[in-house]
Amino acid sequence: MTELAGPEGAASAEQIGLSHREAAASPPGHTPSQGTMAPRDAQSWAAKVDRLAVDQRAGVRGTNVAGRRLTGPVQGFGKMWQKTYRMEVGDAIEPAAAIALWRSNFPDFWPKGNRFAGALTGINPGDVALLDLAVGGGVKLSTGVFVLYADTESFTLMTPQGHMFAGWITFSAENAGDGTVVQAQVLMRASDPIYEIGMTLGGHRKEDKFWVATLRALGDRLGVPDAPITAENSCVDKKRQWRHAGSVWHNSMVRSVLQTIAAPVTALVRVARRGSSTTREEQAAPVRNER
Amino acid sequence: MSVPALSMDVRRVGESIAIVDIKGDVTAACEPVLMSAYEAAGGASASKLVLNFAGLEYMNSGGIGMLVTLLVRANRQRQELAAFGLSDHYREIFELTRLDEAITIYDSEESALVGAVK
Repeated sequence: MTELAGPEGAASAEQIGLSHREAAASPPGHTPSQGTMAPRDAQSWAAKVDRLAVDQRAGVRGTNVAGRRLTGPVQGFGKMWQKTYRMEVGDAIEPAAAIALWRSNFPDFWPKGNRFAGALTGINPGDVALLDLAVGGGVKLSTGVFVLYADTESFTLMTPQGHMFAGWITFSAENAGDGTVVQAQVLMRASDPIYEIGMTLGGHRKEDKFWVATLRALGDRLGVPDAPITAENSCVDKKRQWRHAGSVWHNSMVRSVLQTIAAPVTALVRVARRGSSTTREEQAAPVRNER
Repeated sequence: MSVPALSMDVRRVGESIAIVDIKGDVTAACEPVLMSAYEAAGGASASKLVLNFAGLEYMNSGGIGMLVTLLVRANRQRQELAAFGLSDHYREIFELTRLDEAITIYDSEESALVGAVK
């Protein structure tokens, strides 16, 4: 196990708007009528989706998510890694309390410069959150995550096509004998060859810092600012899956850069379209009045 | 860590196929049980490993992660991984997580075995 260096400043990200889709979904704890044979985990898993549908939210660009498929480690390109970040928070905090706090305030614990636009109700199965991630050079990588699973002891996010990695991040808490341990565990492959190079050239280190900072911010909120944090990375599969190299087409980093460059032109086109549609409405209005 | 509420019994069908009957809760905590079952199934000597989920009572996302680890291990040995006995609920989870693209799902043990010898 490797003890990693201390926290980066963690600032509040935003929890922005409840989408129509999420508003129509079951609230947390709601149990729809089901047969008596429904599995115990039935309410914890998201319903099956083929492609992600999202509503725009203020505060994030919200691109590179709609219409994308979910990707697990099976669909990724690079080596498969399991990364485990653990924080001991003592015996005064119950695991369920730690997870409840984490689920309901998830964006608050993200490191500064990154935005997680989820639902106001917190993390619930089937939610789609939009992300703007700071990748350096003033570029924000726009992508998203899907809430695959959530219960009182853990929750799991799954990534869409174009995300840096294909896989899952599971956040959990358990009583480990001496006290409660909270954990973030990533099971992932880099999504495509570009990301694989990026992960090798500092991406893994950056991700380690990201999750350590997240745990540190959670520890602060739980009242244990100096809680020991450990990180353990293991390569589960050294093979690269070249059959998935074509995933580079969806690369959100490349697309985000292009979207940033094209932003002024896109804005002009949007203004021009708005102007022309307003003119058409003004011209059409007298015709309606004459009837 | 809590003791996993899980049992796995291994049956050999011929020389190359092993069936693992899974009963109980599949979570990350039961990785040692699954890996022991994998070894009991013959480890690398079986060319196909068939998981019987008819007795599956509960599975969380940690359990799915554990199946991915097993899949990697099987692929390393050039073994095929298949499954049967999944309820509609768990079949949907396999489809949602896209695990069904790597683990072939059959409706019954018979069809899994027929598929296995193809």
